[in-house]
Amino acid sequence: MKLFKSKSSAGLLSAPYMAWALIFILVPLGMVFYYGLTNDSGSFTLENITTIAKPGYLKALIRSLRLAVISTFVCFILAYPLGMILSSMKLSKNTYIVTLFILPMWMNFLLRTLTWMTLLEGKGVINTVLEFFHLPTINVINTGAAIVLGMVYNFLPFMILPIYNSLNKIDENVINAARDLGANTLQTFLKITLPLSLPGILSGITMVFIPALTTFAISTMLGGSKILLIGNIIEQEFTQLYDWHLGSGLSIVLMVFIILNMIIETIFDKGGNA
Amino acid sequence: MKNKPLSIILCLLLVCFCICGCAENDKATNKKEKLYVYNWGEYIDDEVIDKFEEETGIDVVYDMFETNEIMYAKLAQDDSAYDVICPSDYMIQKLIENDLIQELNFDHIPNSKNIGAQYYESSRSFDPENKYSVPYCWGTVGILYNKTMVDETVDSWDILWNPKYSGQILMQDSVRDAYMVALLKNGYSQNTKNPDEIAVATKDLIAQKPLVQAYVVDQVRDKMIGGEAALGVIYSGEAIYTARENDDLVYVVPKEGTNVWIDSWVITKGSKNKENAEKWIDFMCRGDIALQNFEYITYSTPNTIAQENIEDEDIKNSKVAFPDLSEFPSESYQYLGQDGDRLYNDAWMEVKSADY
Amino acid sequence: MKNVLKKLYLALLLIFMYAPIITLIVLSFNSSKSRAKWGGFTLNWYINLLSDEAVAGALINTLTIAILATIFSTIIGTVTSIAMIGLNTKLRSFIMGITNIPMINADIVTGISLMLLFRFLHIGTGFTTILLAHITFNIPFVMLSIMPRIKNMNFYVYEAALDLGASPVYAFTKTILPDLVPGIVSGALMAFTMSLDDFIITYFTKGSGFETLSTLIYNEVKRGIQPEIYALSAIIFVVVLTLLMIVYRVPSSKTKEKANEK
Repeated sequence: MKLFKSKSSAGLLSAPYMAWALIFILVPLGMVFYYGLTNDSGSFTLENITTIAKPGYLKALIRSLRLAVISTFVCFILAYPLGMILSSMKLSKNTYIVTLFILPMWMNFLLRTLTWMTLLEGKGVINTVLEFFHLPTINVINTGAAIVLGMVYNFLPFMILPIYNSLNKIDENVINAARDLGANTLQTFLKITLPLSLPGILSGITMVFIPALTTFAISTMLGGSKILLIGNIIEQEFTQLYDWHLGSGLSIVLMVFIILNMIIETIFDKGGNA
Repeated sequence: MKNKPLSIILCLLLVCFCICGCAENDKATNKKEKLYVYNWGEYIDDEVIDKFEEETGIDVVYDMFETNEIMYAKLAQDDSAYDVICPSDYMIQKLIENDLIQELNFDHIPNSKNIGAQYYESSRSFDPENKYSVPYCWGTVGILYNKTMVDETVDSWDILWNPKYSGQILMQDSVRDAYMVALLKNGYSQNTKNPDEIAVATKDLIAQKPLVQAYVVDQVRDKMIGGEAALGVIYSGEAIYTARENDDLVYVVPKEGTNVWIDSWVITKGSKNKENAEKWIDFMCRGDIALQNFEYITYSTPNTIAQENIEDEDIKNSKVAFPDLSEFPSESYQYLGQDGDRLYNDAWMEVKSADY
Repeated sequence: MKNVLKKLYLALLLIFMYAPIITLIVLSFNSSKSRAKWGGFTLNWYINLLSDEAVAGALINTLTIAILATIFSTIIGTVTSIAMIGLNTKLRSFIMGITNIPMINADIVTGISLMLLFRFLHIGTGFTTILLAHITFNIPFVMLSIMPRIKNMNFYVYEAALDLGASPVYAFTKTILPDLVPGIVSGALMAFTMSLDDFIITYFTKGSGFETLSTLIYNEVKRGIQPEIYALSAIIFVVVLTLLMIVYRVPSSKTKEKANEK
C-alpha cells in the first residue's frame, strides 16, 4: 500500500473524524454515564440504575421487551419467506420488487405510523368499512396489538433487506450439490439455506429489535399514552419530569440490553460459521 | 512525503466547510428583531400574532407546549430559549421559586390595568406581590359529555368510573389534572401532600384505566367533536367552541368541585428580548386584541374591556365562560415543592405503566 | 400451484405495505374533516397546505438539514475511509469500533447524549445542533458503505500509474476514486434517507422555534390530525415514488445487462 508514503499523512487525514468522533460520540456517551451514575448534588450513586427495579419501571421494561420480541418475531416470519421468494425470482424482476418493499421507508417515519392511527381509530377507516358491511367493529387502537402492528409496519423493511441480501448471495450450486447428494427440500433448507442466511437474519433481528425496544413515538401515537414503554419513560424524564439523572440511568439500562443483544448475536454468528 | 499536500488540502477543506456552515447559520438568525413565545396549543388567534408582527415589526417565533411540565422541563434546560411564556398558577410559583422568570416592569405594560382587579387578587396565591405575571386566561376544569351517548345526569366525577362508558372516556394526560379528578372524587384536597390520600387516588386511577380510551391533552376537543368518546375531562374554555361545533356536547362542573386556574404571561430570566416581550404582553392586554382573541379561542378572558364588549349576550352572561365561583367548591393548584412533585410523579408513573 | 402461492404472498405483503398509504391519499381528497365520512372530492387541503408557512418552513428545514448533513458526512466519511488505507490494523479497528456506536446504539440514547453535550457546552439548540447531530449519525452509514470497497481494492493500478509518472493526485483521481464512487454514492443516499427520516435524534436536539417535518408532524398528531397532513403525506409519497423511479432506472438497466451477460 503505497497510497500513503508516511503513516503521519494518513493519521492527519483521519484526524478530523477522530476529533469529531471524540466530541460527538465518545464525550456525549461519557456524559450519559456521568449523569446516570450521579445524583443532583453530583455524588456517585447507583440509585438511578436500580430504579428500574421499581414496579412501575420494571413493568414498562418487561412490556417493552415483550412487544419488541413479538414484533421482531412477526417481522422475521413475514420477511423470511419473502426473501426466499424474491431471491428465487429473476434478477431483473426482483430488484424492482425489492424497491417496492423499501419504498415506504422513504416516507417519513411518523407519517407511516400516522397511517395506522387513521386506520385503526374507533371511528377510523377500518371500522367504518366494517360497519358498512354490518360486521362487528374492531377495537385495536390503544392496545399492545396496535403498537406491534405499528412496529412491524415500520421496521419490516429492515428485516427484509438483510435477509434478502444474504439469501441472494447463496451460491445456487451449493444447493444443487446438496440436492444431488440426496437431501430433500426440508433438509436442504435446514442444513444449507438457513445456516448460510444466518448473518442476514441476525442483522435483521438487531435492526428491528433495537428500535422496537426503544421507541416512544409509536407507543404514544398508537397506544393513546395508555401503554408506557421504557422509551416513553426515558423521554418523559427529559421532556416532562426534568430528571436527567434518572433518564440517563435508565438509558444505561437500555444500553445493557443493546450490548446483550450484540453478544448473543456474536455467539450465534460464530456458531453459524463453525 | 509526496502525499502530504493532498491530505492537508482535504483536511483544510473539511475545516472550511465546517466554518462556512456555522457562519452562514449565524447570519441567518441575527437579521431581525425577534420574540420567542411559548404558549399552550390552540391558545391564540393566529391573526393576533400577525397583527402584532405588523404593528411592531417584530418577528414572532411561536412554539406550543402541551402541559406545564413539558414547558418547565424545556425552560429549566435553557431559560433563554423563550422570552415570554404562559404557564398556569402553580407552575408560575415553581418558576419563581427556581428563579427562572423575572419581575415585570409594569410601566412598560400600561394595558395591564385592563385586567380586572379580582384576577390580580387571585394571582396573589402564586405571585404574592403581583410582580411576575399578567393574567391571560382563566377557567375551570370539568366534564364535557355527549348528550346522545350519556343518558344520565352528569354532575359528579364518579361518572368517569362508570363501566357503562368503557372505552368512551378521555382523561387528561397531565399529572395534576388527572389527580385533581381522583382526589376530589374521594373528597380530598387537590393540593394534598398526604401519601395515603395520593395512594387512594392512584388506586382509583389504575382502576379507571381499563375504561379510559386514551390519555390526551389537546386532542380531547377534536375527539369529542368527532363523537369518538362520550365523556372527556376538559378545560372550561373549550366548552363554547365545542358546543358551537357539535350541539350534543355539554360542559359541567361536578358538584365535588373543581380546579380554578389562571394562565398568565411571564418573562423568562434569560430573555434576550425583554423589551419585545413587554410589548407582547402589553399588546395581549389591549381590549380589542383580548376580545378578538377571546372570540377565537373562547377561553374566559380576565380583560374587563373585552368582557364588556362581547357582542353575543349568551356568551357574555354564560355561566360556563364566566362562572360564579361561589356555586361550587373550588381551589387552585399550588406548587407542592420538589418532594410533592416527586410524590405525584412517581404515583402517576405507576398509573401510566399499570397493566389493564 | 407453488408459483400462485408465491405470487399471492407477495401480493398480500404489498397490500399490507401500501393499503395504508393509499388510504391516506384517498382521505386527502375527502372534503369532510371526519375520517368516517366521504364528503365529496376536494383539493382544499392541498390549497391550504400550500399557503401554510409552518409546513413550508419545516419542509425547507428538513431538506436543508438533510442536504448539508449528507454533504458533510459524505466528505468526512470518504476522507476518513481513504485515510484508513494508511492506518495500521489496530487503529483501524478502533476507529471502526467507535463508528459502530451510533449505528448500534438506540436513537433515543444518541439523541439524549447529544442533548447533554450541547447543554454542557451551552450551544443554543436549533439549526446548528440538529445539523451536527445528523452529521454524526450519518458518517457511519457513509463509511460502512465505502469500507468494503476499500478492503477489496487493488492498489497495483495506482502504483503502476505512479511508476508511469502520474502525480499522486492525478493517479488517485484516475485509479482509486472511480472505484470508490459507487460506495460513496450509496453512502450519501443512505445518509440522506436517514436524515430525512429521523425523528428521535432531532426531537432531542432541536431548540425553540425550529421544526423539521418529523417534529412538526409529531406536534400535529398530539394536537389532533388535520386533513392537511394527509395532503402532505400524499405529496411526499408521490415525490419519493418519482425520485426512486428515476434513481432505480439506472441500476436496474445495469443489472439487466449483467443478467444478460450471464
